[in-house]
Amino acid sequence: MSVVPPSKSSWTARTRERAVDALPPEKLLPDGQPTYVASWIYVFGVATLASLIVIVGSGAILSLKGPAWWHVTGVGHFFNSIHLWAVELFFFTMVIHLWGKYWMAAWRGGRARVWVTGAVTFVVAIPAALTGYVSQQNFDAQWISTQAKDGLNSVGVGAFFDVTDFGQMYSYHVLLLPTAVIALVVAHVLLVRRHGVVPPFTLEAKRLAAQPPPVQEGRATSAADAPPVRHGAPS
Amino acid sequence: MNFTASGTVGAVFNLNHPAHVVHWHFIQLSVANIVVLAAMLVVFALALVLPFPGAARRRGSGS
Repeated sequence: MSVVPPSKSSWTARTRERAVDALPPEKLLPDGQPTYVASWIYVFGVATLASLIVIVGSGAILSLKGPAWWHVTGVGHFFNSIHLWAVELFFFTMVIHLWGKYWMAAWRGGRARVWVTGAVTFVVAIPAALTGYVSQQNFDAQWISTQAKDGLNSVGVGAFFDVTDFGQMYSYHVLLLPTAVIALVVAHVLLVRRHGVVPPFTLEAKRLAAQPPPVQEGRATSAADAPPVRHGAPS
Repeated sequence: MNFTASGTVGAVFNLNHPAHVVHWHFIQLSVANIVVLAAMLVVFALALVLPFPGAARRRGSGS
């Protein structure tokens, strides 16, 4: 039986090879992490992911049932509250994770894109929340939208981003901005997998002192290249 | 949660008044937001100082 060699001209083969090169399975789903990952700061990152899952799930239910349901029925109130408090938790945990990573200078060792995707997620999540507050269909939404309108008009974006237009705000809230947030979060997690978690300052200084200068120009050495240390039972 | 239950929970805090606001020059923050900000700072400080469960054992076995 003859085997036909794979064609490198195929875009699917090229995409697959690039994806596997960038994120081999042992990096994508590792079974061990360096010991310095055992820190509360990463718990807040994971809590942010968990909150986002609850936000998307409860938001999907709210969008299916509509304002008459979430304002009038008991179950609607419950899901409305779940959605609100998941957002509160999302921002609470995300900002603590952000503070921690800022003071750890998490962009070190070629991790600029990891830091930028995380920080931009925070920035994009703000209008995602604002469009939710003004889409409630109640007096609170009216108050917030009229207050926000003045601010947005003053910076010149009111003409194409009208916070008093429920249809436009609802589209932004249930489609455009959640898509952007989810895409950024996925990119952030994949980049963390690719580059590894940033090592502490002291450990990085020790490693850099012990290692010879990098041979490849333009490629920074990082702890991601070091073999992971398994958690759990001593080996 | 029905209206009665939500009313009972709401009765723990008297919300039937305009929000309390702290105003200092151009900075204007509601007390509720200040409480959340303070809680975030406290939790952040605790996250830095509290030992992570099992971290010492992992460091001992990992190196």
